[in-house]
Amino acid sequence: MGLEEKLPSGVLLASVEKLANWSRQSSLWPATFGLACCAIEMMTSGGPRYDLSRFGMEVFRASPRQADLMIVAGRVSQKMAPVLRQIYDQMSEPKWVLSMGVCASSGGMFNNYAIVQGVDHIVPVDMYLPGCPPRPEMLIDAIMKLHEKIKHEPMGPNRAKLKAEKGEELALPPSSVAHASAKTRDERLRTVPPNEVEGKRSSTIPLQLLEER
Amino acid sequence: MGMFDPLKGFGVTFATMFKKVVTEQYPEDFYPSAPRWHGRHQLNRHPDGLEKCVGCELCAWACPADAIFVEGADNTEEERYSPGERYGFDYQINYLRCIGCGLCIEACPTRSLTMVNFYELADDDRRKLIYTKEDLMAPLLPGMEEPPHPMRLGENEQDYYVQGPELARGRGVPEGETVETSKEEAIQ
Repeated sequence: MGLEEKLPSGVLLASVEKLANWSRQSSLWPATFGLACCAIEMMTSGGPRYDLSRFGMEVFRASPRQADLMIVAGRVSQKMAPVLRQIYDQMSEPKWVLSMGVCASSGGMFNNYAIVQGVDHIVPVDMYLPGCPPRPEMLIDAIMKLHEKIKHEPMGPNRAKLKAEKGEELALPPSSVAHASAKTRDERLRTVPPNEVEGKRSSTIPLQLLEER
Repeated sequence: MGMFDPLKGFGVTFATMFKKVVTEQYPEDFYPSAPRWHGRHQLNRHPDGLEKCVGCELCAWACPADAIFVEGADNTEEERYSPGERYGFDYQINYLRCIGCGLCIEACPTRSLTMVNFYELADDDRRKLIYTKEDLMAPLLPGMEEPPHPMRLGENEQDYYVQGPELARGRGVPEGETVETSKEEAIQ
């Protein structure tokens, strides 16, 4: 962006990074991009029962310039794709994209000529949220995980290089475990499937195997 | 329009202050879904740890979103993963396709595939959301043993299917518990 790219990385900028990330994370303003049934769940999340304003994000911005998180909720048709891209381009940096529901993430059950097979063909996606539609808790969970990602985002290329050298992968445990109080944590851990708790499951498909097929 | 109507509006606001708060404090408190809610899948085991999946691919055929991939293989006497002839060698569910309709559960002839009500699935990597067999397999309960191992509970697969619940008791699964799914949580 500016100064932080030219200075060597050090104590001061590390603290600035933390502060900047904290302020970005604690007031994400979402742009409305409700396209289908997932949008109903998204609206519910903003309502009194689930109340997204607890995380400083109750106002769904109709103007992209005032928003920094785009929640793509619903199936993206080929005709909608350029519109979506334009809205994304109009949003000011830094910006994030949350792909809500299976249709936005991969086309879901609509594997046909009319639907874009995953919104990541058009815009870079930071968080995928499966579900058809995902319940409001799942959306809040995805947002909490995105908060965690933003919190650890490097500021400028120097910090990015440093972080890449360390090579730590960010663990994203289920939010109800990560944010549970010390008292309820153990009880919650017992009910969660064991391999979900580590944040990383025991296995993901090795790339090699995918290429062989 | 009466003279006091604007005041009545404020009255509603004022009265709401004394009502119970409806907001769920979700990430701090956990609110379980309905007991039969369609969440993540689970591949179940027989009471001795052998897999219930026979690799028949009926779930993959039933899936309207084409989210399931199954590849079966033959059991041998040295390497046995399930009672009977075949077992699921490779099993993958793509959660970015799965719409949670439960048709795969209905199609499963051995009740190998069921759903648990875990739902916090979001991730930042598409590849991590393709769950493999290791991710979906039910955890080993007391009395279970990681396959491959020979059939411990009978001579052939008929014994496993005909006397399932009794065998489970014999293996130390308490009365009222099931080896099928994780504990179902009900909304209080």
